[in-house]
Amino acid sequence: MTATRTPEAAAGPVVPPPPGPAARRFGPALRWLGPVARRAGSGLAVLWAAATAAYGALRLAPGDTVDILIGEGADTPGIRAQIIREWGLDRPEIVQYLGYLGRLLHGDLGRSYQLQRGVGDILATQVGPTVRLTLAAAATGVLLALAVALGTAGRARRLRRAASAAELVSVSVPPFVIGILLLTVFSFTLGWFPVSGAGDPTALVLPALALGLPIAGVLGQVLREGLERALEQPFALTARSRGLTERALVARHALRHALLPAVTLVGWFTGVLLGGAVIIEALFGRPGLGQVTMLAVTGKDMPVVMAVVILSAVVYVAVSTLLDLAYRLIDPRLRSVR
Amino acid sequence: MTTAAVAAAVTRRPYRPRPGAVLAGLFLTLLAVAVVAPGLVTGVDPLAADPLRALAPPGPEHWLGTDHLGRDVLARIVYGARHSLSIGVLATGLAVTAGVLLGLAAGLSHRWVDEALARSFDVLSTFPELLLALLVIAITGPGTGNVILAIGIAQIPNYARVIRAQTFVVRRAGYVEQAVTSGLPRAAITARHVLPNVLGPIPVLATIGLGQGVIAASGLSFLGMGPQPPAAEWGAMLSEARNYLRVAWWVALFPGMAITLTVVCLTVIGRRLQRRFEGRTP
Repeated sequence: MTATRTPEAAAGPVVPPPPGPAARRFGPALRWLGPVARRAGSGLAVLWAAATAAYGALRLAPGDTVDILIGEGADTPGIRAQIIREWGLDRPEIVQYLGYLGRLLHGDLGRSYQLQRGVGDILATQVGPTVRLTLAAAATGVLLALAVALGTAGRARRLRRAASAAELVSVSVPPFVIGILLLTVFSFTLGWFPVSGAGDPTALVLPALALGLPIAGVLGQVLREGLERALEQPFALTARSRGLTERALVARHALRHALLPAVTLVGWFTGVLLGGAVIIEALFGRPGLGQVTMLAVTGKDMPVVMAVVILSAVVYVAVSTLLDLAYRLIDPRLRSVR
Repeated sequence: MTTAAVAAAVTRRPYRPRPGAVLAGLFLTLLAVAVVAPGLVTGVDPLAADPLRALAPPGPEHWLGTDHLGRDVLARIVYGARHSLSIGVLATGLAVTAGVLLGLAAGLSHRWVDEALARSFDVLSTFPELLLALLVIAITGPGTGNVILAIGIAQIPNYARVIRAQTFVVRRAGYVEQAVTSGLPRAAITARHVLPNVLGPIPVLATIGLGQGVIAASGLSFLGMGPQPPAAEWGAMLSEARNYLRVAWWVALFPGMAITLTVVCLTVIGRRLQRRFEGRTP
C-alpha cells in the first residue's frame, strides 16, 4: 500500500498543502524533480533497500557466511575457496558489499550451491507457472468482484448483506483452506479437475480460484461501496435527468469512480498473490517460484532466498509504477496536476 | 496492509446486527478458555493414538471423527487453539510494541530521521508478508518462536505508519504545546501526553491484525515451518490431512473451519470496535 497515493492528495496542489502524503513519500530532497524522475528515483531507492536488506540478512545470520551460503550443498574445500573468491569474503566489508551490488547490477544473482546452478537460471525456468497462476488468480478475483459489485450495488438490502457476509468470509479463509475444500469436492469427490501438477490447463482452475477468492472479497467490497457512493453524487443525478438508463450510468460514469480506490489496492494484491502462490503451489504440487522458495528456505539456500526477495521487490516497484500511470488514465483530474 | 485491515478501512457502515458481534464474542471466549485450560473444554487426550479407530468418521464417540493415527479431531482442535492463537497473539504483541515505538520515534524526530524511518517502513511493507516471514525463517530455522518473530516483523509497518501519522497530529495539539510551555521535560511530555493519545486506533488494528496473524501462522505451519509434530497446530493438522482427503474429509474440514471461524469472529469484533471509535480524533 506504500505506493498508493490517494487521489485527494494528488489533486490538492491548488492550496500548497503542508507536506501531503505524496510529498512525504518522495521526500523533500526529490521534490524538485519531475514526476517521472521522482518515480524512478523512488523505485530505485526501494530496490537498493531490498538488495541491502537481503545482504544484511545474510550477514546477520548467525554462523560463518561461507557455511550459510553453502547451505546444505556439497561442502568441499574447492567450493569454499570459490565462494570466498566470488563473494570477496577475504576483502574488507565495504568492498564485499559494493561487489555484491555490482554483481546485481550486472544481473548476476549468484549461485545456488545446493542445486549447483546459477540462481538467475533457476528463477528464469520457474517463473512461467507462477506468472500464469498469479495472473489467472488476479483475473478470477477481478471478475468475481465486478460481478458481485455490479449485481448488488444499490440493490435490496438483503442482497447487499448476503454479499457483505460472503466477502467477510472470503477475506477470513486462508487460501490453502479454500484450496483443500476445492480439492476435496471437485477433485476427489467429483473428479472434475486433476489433483496436482500443472501439465493440463484445467489444473490451473482450482489453484486460481483458491488464490483469487480473498482478492474478490476485498475488491468486491471496495467496488460496491465506491459504486454506491458514486451513484449518490450530483453527476449521477445530472446523468439521470438527461435520461441515461441506470445501466449506462454505471457503465459510463459510476464505475470509473469506483475503480479509483480499487486501483489503490493493486500493490497490496501483488503481495497477497506472491505470498499466497508459495502456499498454493505447495498444496497443489505445482512447479514454480513458490516451490523454489520453499526448497531454498528448508535447505537454507541463502542465495536463492535473497534472489526471491529482490525479485519480489522488482515486481512491486514495477506494479506500483504502472499504478501511478493507471491513475492518470482513469482520473482525468490528475492529468493537469504536475 | 493486511486483508482484513484493508477491508475494514474501506468499510462504510454496512448494517450489521449486534447479535453477530455477541456470537463472535462468545466464540472467542470459548477459544480463550481452550487456550488457558483445554481440559475444561474436552476430556480427551489430543495425543492419544488409537490405530484401530484411525480415520473414523464423525459419530457419537468422536464428534468430529479421528485422524490417521486415530486421534480425536475435536480434542486436537481444542488443544491446537493454544498453538495457533498464542502465535498470533505474541506476534501481534511484538508488532504493536515495535510499531508504536518506531512510529513514535519517527513522528517526534528530526525530519531526516523521520524520512529514514518512514522509508524503511515502506521497504518493509514492500515484501509480501509471507515471503518476509520465510526470509526470517531461512535464517533462524523453523519453530514456534521463529514463526512469531517472522510474523511480528512482517506486521510492524502496519502499526508504525499509523502511529507516525497520529503523532504528527498530536504533537501539534494545544495540550502538548501547553505542556512544552510549562517546561515539562521532553520524555515526560512524550510519555504522559503524546503516547496515550496516539494509541487510539491500536485496538481496532490489533484485533484485525490478530486475525491476519492467525492466518499467517497457520499458513507457515501448513508449510511445515511452525510447531513441529506431534503438536496439534491447526495449519499443521491441515497439512497432515492433505494426504487423506480422498477418504476422510473431516480431518481437513474441521481444522479449516476453526481457523476461518476464529478470523471471522476477530474481524467482526474489530469492525465493531472500529465503528465505536470512529470519528474520535486525538
